[in-house]
Amino acid sequence: MGFYNELLTFKEIDYEGFFKKIEEKDILRILQQNKLSPLDYLALLSPKASSYLEEMAQRAHQLSVQHFGKSILLYTPMYLSNHCVNRCAYCSFNVDHDIKREKLSLAEIEEEAKAIAATGLKHILILTGESRKETPVSYILEATKVLTKYFDSISIEIYPLETEEYKALMEAGVDGLTIYQEVYDEEVYKKVHLAGPKKNYHFRLDAPERACEAKMRSVNIGALLGLNSWREEAFMTGLHVSYLQNKFMDVEVSVSLPRMRPHIGVFKDLDFVDDRSLVQVMLALRIFLPYVGITISTRERQSYRDHLIPLGVTKMSAGVTTAVGGHSGKDEGINQFEIGDTRSVEEIKEAILAKGYQPIFKNWMQI
Amino acid sequence: MDELIIGGTSLKSRLLIGTGKYASNKMMPKVIESCGTQVVTMAVRRVDLEGKEENILEYIPKDIILLPNTSGARNADEAIRIARLARAMGCGNWIKIEVISDNKYLLPDNFETIKATEVLAKEGFIVLPYMNPDLMAAKAMEAAGAAAVMPLGAPIGTNRGLRTKEMVQILIDEIKVPIIVDAGIGKPSQAVEAMEMGAAAVLVNTAIASSDNPIDMAKAFGLAVEAGRLAYLSKVGPERKLANASSPLTGFLSGVGE
Repeated sequence: MGFYNELLTFKEIDYEGFFKKIEEKDILRILQQNKLSPLDYLALLSPKASSYLEEMAQRAHQLSVQHFGKSILLYTPMYLSNHCVNRCAYCSFNVDHDIKREKLSLAEIEEEAKAIAATGLKHILILTGESRKETPVSYILEATKVLTKYFDSISIEIYPLETEEYKALMEAGVDGLTIYQEVYDEEVYKKVHLAGPKKNYHFRLDAPERACEAKMRSVNIGALLGLNSWREEAFMTGLHVSYLQNKFMDVEVSVSLPRMRPHIGVFKDLDFVDDRSLVQVMLALRIFLPYVGITISTRERQSYRDHLIPLGVTKMSAGVTTAVGGHSGKDEGINQFEIGDTRSVEEIKEAILAKGYQPIFKNWMQI
Repeated sequence: MDELIIGGTSLKSRLLIGTGKYASNKMMPKVIESCGTQVVTMAVRRVDLEGKEENILEYIPKDIILLPNTSGARNADEAIRIARLARAMGCGNWIKIEVISDNKYLLPDNFETIKATEVLAKEGFIVLPYMNPDLMAAKAMEAAGAAAVMPLGAPIGTNRGLRTKEMVQILIDEIKVPIIVDAGIGKPSQAVEAMEMGAAAVLVNTAIASSDNPIDMAKAFGLAVEAGRLAYLSKVGPERKLANASSPLTGFLSGVGE
């Protein structure tokens, strides 16, 4: 399919050389444009642009208010299983890790659903590791049927599927897909995905497009920033979003900006994204693609998340646990990653209101 | 001022407002009061009947006509299903059809909107379709049973004013049901402009919701709509290129300058 061809056209780009040529006047000119080219976007990701974060923030804020108003949609993840056959150097659920493997029964899923619904949340994201044996599509389908009783919107973040499988899940009530390429650079991708079906770079890269073809309502993508040069990864993420939105105008395409957090594992070779740089990525994305949603997870610590709100965030997770069965609190299971914002839904709601924004609990429904 | 009649209901206020993009629902009652609107639109997908603070319906006074909209619908079928849900939720039988299959510019899909209008009008809804100002499409909506037609003035949320002025004027001149300019109106002066042209009403959301003082801005829009309507009814004098007193070419006929 298509996006890889587009990636190839930028493969030979000399990032260092391009960044060296960027001057103040380029940044200021770009901030006044109505429409940005991919290279304008790259300029906003440059080291030079990092000196203009306030100017970028002013523009990003104005575009965000215009396109989304002062509102933040809340959701929470529900981990159904941590069984995984992949060996990803950065993940706690890595098959090599000797952790307790768990999978929720349908009755347990219902318990989790009740606990989450009691907090007022109406949008949910269900997650599994990659194991077609332990958590086949039929299992996700059954889980979805249970969850439709409690939630207005159900998104999935599971292993990549075929178009027909996406259609089957949508039929059952799924309306959103989240899937991260993790890293767009093929060499790094090979290096960090040591074994398992996830080694198949192309099947994963094309998954969002398959979901769009299946007419999924919303598709959320991202790169796990830190695995490779974050400027390059942010650039390719933006290109991917733009590609999908141009090709599938009726899909709500959005982007997440996850960055590496401490976790169980030995992977050390990282290009950590500091706070300023993550802000730069977010602002550049908002200015490049004003109509695209931006999600910030609880990987980020609370005060930092609160400050990000006016800069372009449209969706935030709340009341999060990344452990299987964590919401109904039966088990202190292993977390996929460490949480930086441990506030309850109520506390996050108050924080959003305090920022002069409206927390939104419901923005879709089963129709 | 003369009353506006939509679907058999007469309205004193010719300003319709939206509920999206506000920093808090709590502001709604005051906004509604300050502008005197009688019709308020809200996205059905956002209506959260179980939520207390989150349920927008709790903030709309009972005497206001609810105009639920089908925001989020990507085709006629989805719009029809959302409209039926709105009625089942107790939102009455007015419906603003919004079919948008373009996430970049949020432009309405006239073709799908016509289809949805036809089905919903037959089901007894008071249908107000949001549309791209096109005469043939507006005629089709009218024929399909629309109670009013709502052309956009500019892409939604842009506050850019009446960019589609010429096309909207044609609809005002040719369509029998009320024309309500929806989307794009960014300032009260632009609302006046639409009303002076003969628009039956305007719908404003972003310009009020994202101003620094929504309550005062709502009041300003209320006044503007009234001013524009009065001006329209009083028949704005024709524009002239020359000052009226001088008749340099024909003055001799009345003996001036002999």
